[in-house]
Amino acid sequence: MSSVLLTATAEGERLALAATGAWTAERAAELERIIDEAARRHKDALSVDIDLAKLERLDTFGAWLVERLKRAFIVRGSNARIIGLSDADRGLMDELQLVNRAPVQDRSTTNRILLALDSLGRGVAQIGWAFVLIAQLLGALTAAALGTIAHPRTLRLTSIVHHLERVGWRAVPIILLSTFMIGAILAQQGIFHFRTFGADVFVVDMVSILVLREVGVLIVCVMVAGRSGSAYTAEIGSMKMREEIDAVRTMGLDPIQVLVLPRIIALVIAVPLLTFIGSMAALYGAGLVCWLYGGMAPDIFLERLREAISLQTFAVGMIKAPFMALTIGLVACVEGFEVEGSAASLGLKTTASVVKSIFLVIALDGLFAMFFAGIGM
Amino acid sequence: MANSPPVISVRDLVVGFGEATVLDHATIDVFEGEILGFVGGSGAGKSVLMRAIIGLVPKRHGTIEVFGNDLAALNDRQRRSIEQRWGVLFQQGALFSSLTALQNVQFPIHEYLDLSPRLIKEIALAKLEMVGLSADVRGKYPAELSGGMIKRVALARALALDPDIVFLDEPTSGLDPIGAAEFDELIRTLQRTLGLSVFMVTHDLDSLHAVCDRIAVLSEGRVIAAGPIEAMLASEHPWLRSYFGGKRGRQVQGKVQAQLHP
Repeated sequence: MSSVLLTATAEGERLALAATGAWTAERAAELERIIDEAARRHKDALSVDIDLAKLERLDTFGAWLVERLKRAFIVRGSNARIIGLSDADRGLMDELQLVNRAPVQDRSTTNRILLALDSLGRGVAQIGWAFVLIAQLLGALTAAALGTIAHPRTLRLTSIVHHLERVGWRAVPIILLSTFMIGAILAQQGIFHFRTFGADVFVVDMVSILVLREVGVLIVCVMVAGRSGSAYTAEIGSMKMREEIDAVRTMGLDPIQVLVLPRIIALVIAVPLLTFIGSMAALYGAGLVCWLYGGMAPDIFLERLREAISLQTFAVGMIKAPFMALTIGLVACVEGFEVEGSAASLGLKTTASVVKSIFLVIALDGLFAMFFAGIGM
Repeated sequence: MANSPPVISVRDLVVGFGEATVLDHATIDVFEGEILGFVGGSGAGKSVLMRAIIGLVPKRHGTIEVFGNDLAALNDRQRRSIEQRWGVLFQQGALFSSLTALQNVQFPIHEYLDLSPRLIKEIALAKLEMVGLSADVRGKYPAELSGGMIKRVALARALALDPDIVFLDEPTSGLDPIGAAEFDELIRTLQRTLGLSVFMVTHDLDSLHAVCDRIAVLSEGRVIAAGPIEAMLASEHPWLRSYFGGKRGRQVQGKVQAQLHP
């Protein structure tokens, strides 16, 4: 390993460099040090001969380093040449003489603060742009929906049913499980703290109002955004990457009508149903905990439930569900259409889809809370 | 050429998926410094054979030797050192979409060799220039490149570590005839300069004629013939006759005749 790779013999201003051994990729790191060292040490040499006659092997890495050594001398005005080149290596050396001639431009160094401000500005502009895109898609979706109402035969029923199965039916087990647990946890916490001032029975009020008005629909939307919103973005995004969306368009079809409308209709149908199922599961979990942990008999729980909630409580949750579904669907599809050529962009947009839709669902929930408070519901 | 031991030697290879047997006792050799063109009908298993050699598809039976080493008998470290000595050009290029052209070529060098960033960059740029790409391509992402450029970048990446063997899966498919001819020429030049052995799956009769030293034919899971193009054209085998005897095949035949009897 420590065999000599380059020997230098200097006679006055003449320098003879003889390369020996294997100048290949495996030893390229070592070779680079050697040639840099040689170029530095003999910087006064006026005429340099690089003799390759004793080389055992030469590959592109070695050949490039020979070329780089030669150029290092030429740049200083010395006269450097390569001698003793075998016929087998001549083609390679000739090829490498031509490469890396163009000057490598340095990356422009700009002010760090300016860069930070620049990226901040772009970020803010992007947030605004995201809303524009959502509004745009909402408009296109409305147009497509109106077109479908005018020509009901263009409605893609098979597609809707397919998506309904995926985002609705197949989501039932996980929604049941998670909302059941949320209900149980809320009840347990309520009992634990309310008991200290003897208000056990109000746990039912708290859990039922919370679940029916807010938590049920929010949990379902978070699950749906993570489960189905991400799938929509990834599907539409990879279809865009593989020009499938262009193909749809060139066939004279509207991608919004073919791809987006069925997906969003499926979501708008599925999310209220899942919200209903989820709320019931949460109440069931709460009842079970009240009975087993809080010692409240099921009939007392039901009695209290009847007094605590009204149809209005239930309606508040259910009214919100389709709007949240629409938000999730719109964000997911917008992000899908924003995907560009690379795998990284697909990942980025899928993440953005989930994060944005969950955030917007929460923001929308806040708006609804203000609205319902305003109309006294 | 045929006297030296083969760099790749496949014996009685059987590969199948589920019920279907794609390769049924296929046997083939690739010799040092030659370009072997590998032809066969669509779905005959050409790509499967290539993928079996490079280890992407499991085999059911048979031996695959590369540089005289039985691939099945190697441990991970030995296998990696063999893998360093071959480069693969996939049919669609398979460039990493989140890396620029230059980064794609740098990637294997960076992974396998412990070199200074400057040298890695210089070598990668040299490879890009050797495949005939101009400097403005280096910073572009694969999505911004044309089909021909993608193939060239992918070839540069396949050559990044100075391999001894290069596998090319339909290198000229999707290129226009001029681009395909240039690419053939490029493969020929690089093969000579770098002393490569090339295993080329192809459908392009012009490529077969222009650059291949030998041709192997896969049909019904077996390699039914291997030899120079003249031998293929002279063969009586019905599949070969229809492959080379079709309208496109006759044009190639004409070229060979013209070369033999100018």
